[in-house]
Amino acid sequence: MTMIFGVPVQALMGQLLVGLINGSFYALLSLGLAVIFGLLRVINFAHGAQYMLGAFVALLLLTVGGINYWLALILAPLIVGLFAALVEKTMLSRLYRLDPLYGLLFTFGLALAIEGTFRWFFGASGKPYAPPSQLTGAVNLGFMFLPVYRGWVVIASLAVCLGVWLLIERTRLGAYLRAATENPVLVQAFGVNVPLLLTLTYALGAGLAGFAGVLAAPVYQVSPLMGSNLIIIVFAVVVVGGMGSILGAIVTGYLLGVVEGLTKVFYPEASNIVIFVIMAIVLILRPAGLFGKDA
Amino acid sequence: MAAKSEPIATEQVAAHPRAGQVRLVLLVIALAALLAAPLFLYPIFLMKLLAFALFASAFNLLLGYTGLLSFGHAAFFGGAAYFTAHAVKVWGWSPEAGILLGVLGAAALGLVMGAIAIRRQGIYFAMITLALSQMFFFFCLQAPFTHGEDGIQSVPRGHLFGVIDLNQPLNMYYFVLAVFVIGLLIIWRFVNSPFGMILKSIRENESRAISLGYSVQHYKLGAFVMSAALAGLAGGVKALIFQFATLTDVTWQMSGEVILMTLLGGIGTLFGPIVGSGLVVTLQNVLATSDFPVTIITGLVFMVCVLLFRRGIVGEFCATKLGKMLGFRTEN
Repeated sequence: MTMIFGVPVQALMGQLLVGLINGSFYALLSLGLAVIFGLLRVINFAHGAQYMLGAFVALLLLTVGGINYWLALILAPLIVGLFAALVEKTMLSRLYRLDPLYGLLFTFGLALAIEGTFRWFFGASGKPYAPPSQLTGAVNLGFMFLPVYRGWVVIASLAVCLGVWLLIERTRLGAYLRAATENPVLVQAFGVNVPLLLTLTYALGAGLAGFAGVLAAPVYQVSPLMGSNLIIIVFAVVVVGGMGSILGAIVTGYLLGVVEGLTKVFYPEASNIVIFVIMAIVLILRPAGLFGKDA
Repeated sequence: MAAKSEPIATEQVAAHPRAGQVRLVLLVIALAALLAAPLFLYPIFLMKLLAFALFASAFNLLLGYTGLLSFGHAAFFGGAAYFTAHAVKVWGWSPEAGILLGVLGAAALGLVMGAIAIRRQGIYFAMITLALSQMFFFFCLQAPFTHGEDGIQSVPRGHLFGVIDLNQPLNMYYFVLAVFVIGLLIIWRFVNSPFGMILKSIRENESRAISLGYSVQHYKLGAFVMSAALAGLAGGVKALIFQFATLTDVTWQMSGEVILMTLLGGIGTLFGPIVGSGLVVTLQNVLATSDFPVTIITGLVFMVCVLLFRRGIVGEFCATKLGKMLGFRTEN
């Protein structure tokens, strides 16, 4: 058996893949957080709950409506985004003038309420969601077997991250968004509907979380609490990356996912906390984060 | 915390000249009620109330008087519960020594977490404390002395100073009450000390405090450690009340709970956290027998508090005409 650093190649590659998959979710979620924070100055604590919502909507679409995975991949983010837009319009938008901490507290309460409601109706146990028939099975890469669905997760998340990055950096809407991040009052004076832009941004961020939830449904089980522990790791990812840049959020997400996977191979006891340790080290050496501008 | 909040139109109402005496009478009545309470209510419930009231007051020291939102206070509360439980059960320490170890342990933990977290401000501070406390949670999950999911069970209450038998419910209750009152006195003294004044100035305008020559970082860290130590006091006492220490007390949900207690009662008021924790603990007790998840209610209360009354119950009362006549001051 081939060994690298005293570890079998299969184990190393296997954990690297797991790391890459976790990294895909970290990247999607921290991207959404960064987009929302950039414009709204709100740390969206409900991001984990919206991720869970995405997975549940997909599950319900399948079991109740008989709607398949591919349609759910489009419909679920839209539904989650719509719900988020409603929340933003009716409640969250009242908090912009206040200290950003209130936005964090509000979305924290929202997350608790959503997760509690789902636990009440569906119980705390996880429910399986079968991957679509096109993506079952595995391919032999020579050194390991790659489950097709897991490969798809990495590709799909990369494509969506790239798409969002292009949307923000290369389109007219993205230009408005970036301008409003710099100076909302001035942009509004130029006739851009900034409140609408805020609503859309929150819906976009939440939709990304919903998309990640649908992607995650076949990998992990669908459970009301699937997002609540994840969101804290994503917070750490965001602190490491610095919230200044969209690209930074994406890169840090994948990077930390891989590092976490490698830790599982070399020092499994620390794999739960390695991201938090990295966060602490980054804070000591470079408080603004890897890609952040100095606050 | 008040940095950007909208100015509230305040009607100037002078405190009544005898307001001080009225407040003193109210305080005496409250103390008498606490002394007599175990005759009417279940002591364990009352002790739980007092422990959480102290925990929330310790948390408020940081949020209300320094303007730092810590999302990781469960680490100090639950961590101290583990330290105390371990010292008392495995090492056979006396209860007061066990609680002291809990306080010191929480303070040490606060020193490390605080030193890292104060490197960023505002919203980042909250996220960093959350992440660090989650790291501590995973440590507790894996460390052998905490016994993982089982927790440390059947912790003996022992004899206070070797003479007072804490297994007697009433003895235990008055011990917890004494700790609570001492804890509150420390907080009251701390807030009204020159140190506390500087903390308030940092909360109101950090840049100006720096320009006045105060080393803001040291003061923040001092407040953080103080708050952590007092949260540890509450946690250590809680371990003796329930005679166990579990993972529940170090979870982020617990950190969220203490924020809710403070927010609901009134951030930056001395009595707000007590009222808030009383309501939350009572609510949990009422819902404990049904299968309705408490988190739905707590989540909704959170949202309503943030949207509609950010000053909390005590804060709103202080802002009323009656509150002002009684000479209560609001901090935000």
